[in-house]
Amino acid sequence: MSVKVSMKVNGKPVAADLEARTLLVTFIREHLRLTGTHVGCDTAQCGACTVLMNGKAIKSCSIVAMQAEGADILTIEGVAKPDGTLHPMQAAFKENHGLQCGFCTPGMVMNALDFAKSHPDPTEEEVRDSLEGNLCRCTGYHNIVKSIMAGARAMAGKP
Amino acid sequence: MTAPLIGARVQRKEDYRFLTGAGMYTDDVALPGQAYAAFVRSPHAHARIKKIALDQAKKSPAVLAVYTGADLAAAKVGGLPCGWLITDVNGQPMKEPPYPPLAQGKVRHVGERVAVVIAESLAQARDAAELIEVDYEVLPAVVDPVKAKGAPAIHEAAPDNACYVWALGDKAAVDGAFAKAAHVTKLDFVNNRLIPNAIEPRAANATYSRAEAGYTLYVASQNPHVERLLMTAFVLGLPENKVRVVAPDVGGGFGSKIYLYPEDVVVTWAAKQLNRPVKWTAERTESFVSDAHGRDHVTTAELALDRDGKFLALRVRTTANLGAYLSTFASCIPTILYATLLAGQYTTPLIYCEVTAVFTNTTPVDAYRGAGRPEATYVVERLVETAAREMKLDPAGIRRKNFIRQFPYQTPVALCYDTGNYEATLDAVMKMADVAGFKQRKEESLTKGKLRGLGYACYIEACGIAPSNVAGSLGARAGLFEAGEIRVHPTGTVTVFTGSHSHGQGHETTFAQVVADRLGLPIENVDIVHGDTSKVLFGMGTYGSRSIAVGGTAIVKALDKIVAKGRKIAAHLLEAAEADIEYDRGVFKVAGTDKQKTFGEVAFAAYVPHNYPLDKLEPGLNENAFYDPANFTFPAGSYVCEVEVDRDTGATQIVAFTAVDDFGKIINPMIVEGQVHGGLAQGIGQALTEGCRYDSTGQLVTGSFSDYAIPRAGDVPLFKLDTRETPCTHNPLGVKGCGEAGAIGAPAAVMNAITDALGVKDLPMPATAQTVWRSMHKAA
Repeated sequence: MSVKVSMKVNGKPVAADLEARTLLVTFIREHLRLTGTHVGCDTAQCGACTVLMNGKAIKSCSIVAMQAEGADILTIEGVAKPDGTLHPMQAAFKENHGLQCGFCTPGMVMNALDFAKSHPDPTEEEVRDSLEGNLCRCTGYHNIVKSIMAGARAMAGKP
Repeated sequence: MTAPLIGARVQRKEDYRFLTGAGMYTDDVALPGQAYAAFVRSPHAHARIKKIALDQAKKSPAVLAVYTGADLAAAKVGGLPCGWLITDVNGQPMKEPPYPPLAQGKVRHVGERVAVVIAESLAQARDAAELIEVDYEVLPAVVDPVKAKGAPAIHEAAPDNACYVWALGDKAAVDGAFAKAAHVTKLDFVNNRLIPNAIEPRAANATYSRAEAGYTLYVASQNPHVERLLMTAFVLGLPENKVRVVAPDVGGGFGSKIYLYPEDVVVTWAAKQLNRPVKWTAERTESFVSDAHGRDHVTTAELALDRDGKFLALRVRTTANLGAYLSTFASCIPTILYATLLAGQYTTPLIYCEVTAVFTNTTPVDAYRGAGRPEATYVVERLVETAAREMKLDPAGIRRKNFIRQFPYQTPVALCYDTGNYEATLDAVMKMADVAGFKQRKEESLTKGKLRGLGYACYIEACGIAPSNVAGSLGARAGLFEAGEIRVHPTGTVTVFTGSHSHGQGHETTFAQVVADRLGLPIENVDIVHGDTSKVLFGMGTYGSRSIAVGGTAIVKALDKIVAKGRKIAAHLLEAAEADIEYDRGVFKVAGTDKQKTFGEVAFAAYVPHNYPLDKLEPGLNENAFYDPANFTFPAGSYVCEVEVDRDTGATQIVAFTAVDDFGKIINPMIVEGQVHGGLAQGIGQALTEGCRYDSTGQLVTGSFSDYAIPRAGDVPLFKLDTRETPCTHNPLGVKGCGEAGAIGAPAAVMNAITDALGVKDLPMPATAQTVWRSMHKAA
């Protein structure tokens, strides 16, 4: 069964006829060719597929594309400024060496963007709690935690 | 003129693309017209295949082909080879049963590939795969390595399920020392099986070009050249020049992506049959059952001491689980990379180690971060700490009493350490961890209902594997050098080609620092290329913390050739004698004068040789080098772990972890710290959370992230790190390697801390809350 879906992705309207079972992440990766959103587990545990849907972090492997009908989706490709300047959260990951292989990174950044809105100056413990659904195998989380603490402060305009 | 880059905390060149979603991992590669593969995997650990019914699958929509082992056998596709021959105690070669890419008549572990379906879409391939019916005759399975020898044979070639029995050391002398010892400490333990779980699942996408009569394989690999060599020469019988292997951005490896895997072979072979690109990406469940696992040793270890705590001898018996088939480097892990490390940091004069390696009905086991060295460190450091407790000696003091202090030091287990300073790292870690204040902290914890414990681990590792002639004499079927090439462009910018492969290590930055520093160029002018056999002349890949020590040195050797040729060109341009030309930070100068040419001017002259010594020199400025190390490198360090155990629940929290490592010279401290953090988290995972479990029929019970707990952010602390620097004596950068240290040292430190907190002799890993709680209640 094919269904028509339309939504906004990174500010641009997109539409497609999809098999009803098409996951949002498949639509983003395979149809839109936005391959920065990754698939690490298929079971909604690793968080590599995290995107923002109407401003909230969701795992795009756990909903089908038609559930995002009419939604505003932000993927990692839409986070930096159009001129390529990194968003303060992205810059914090770079400055704090918050990534190694880079595979979990887009999901980490997207989750952190949502988290930082409600936590302008988070504690280490709050950041670790916020990462419950995002797995990293490279960094031991040490520098991810530091990155998110610094990125959240930067987003809130704090030094 | 530029500031020194070696030793600087340079931010990574690769980060921008990863942070903006512009990385290119294998599953991101979309080839025109690509078809999709889905594998049918065995649900049984051990079974005879009586019949495979393919008709329904073949008739399923958009299916292009269905293949089984019979098709590969008919096409004369070979089995997967093992890269290291171990010779057993009787001088016989190890048993090497065939490892077919798709099962032939029998399956030997859950997850083994039985058939592959290739269809227009991934969903169609998976739908069709579900229509394949396999009629199995289930056979008894064995998962416990200790029971393997009496179990029904898994392979005809190994009737008692033993691959080899191997030994190192002088058994009679060791037994003699034990007979006279004042004290013997003995431990029986399991070094728990681990599942690597890089967050990027394995993937492969192969294409065949009739025009070029050649293949291109994109694959998530740590080791593209070796993958090509093994696949072409041993499995598919193809000329190497007709196969290009590209390992693009790779999302972590930790060993699991070193090997040639059946899926890689199948999609490459199928791409030519179908004249279509064929793509496969593992689902996480497939990763759990088909990526090579790590560790899985059952060990009895004994340390003999004199009355003062001086080590007299070490005796170790290990049964190592190899799984159902010999993975690429499986055989050398529990032998060459394990027993040779059993001296640790100590002068133990006599060591004997005997290893029985067995086949079981489990996923193949191979190198996982540390590979043999974490297992060796666990043996040594658990024994040493336990001996100190039994003899009422200070655990730091007993280590100091036995430290190696004179270098070079020839161990009784084949290795010769070039340099080290173990006292320095132990002193530093004890100060940083405030060991002196532990007693007070322990009392404070007790008031909160928590048991506090402190544990040490003083590890050594052998990195930069290693002289090819030595490796060859130990059974390696490959050389273990590295290749590097420096291509200077006419305008003086530089592209560096390295046979090392970066999958998180940051080589694009670290290697660029080395080159830019040595040439005195801005780092922006230097780019690193890796992971493509059509671009890089050769490579042995990245594992065993070998990249900077071996790959980095190959680059330095090529740099030296660039500067040597540059001096000749500059001498001509400056009308001076070559002997008078000095190179300093981007400028060729005539010594003692102000006559000079920049690096860019010399490069330009090499490519536009209008004024050039054409009678003596070829144009161009491009050099390559192969570097085969004189020895392993020997990073070492001291770790202190402090834990609090909840008396009510048994939950263990790591309240402090302090690590002082000696990696020799450090190129980028920021990147090195990141490597240590990651290694520590994996070592803590082994000690606290990661417990691979098979049931008695060979089903993997821990086959998802729900059941197999890799550490989450809340499971690990902020780490306290420092380094001491004893440069390696036999490479020009003085570097040793840092990638595995944390995973090697952490498990023993954590378990020494928990056993200290509980006041028990031993506890199995992972020390989950349940395990700890049971131990507390048994003790009470």
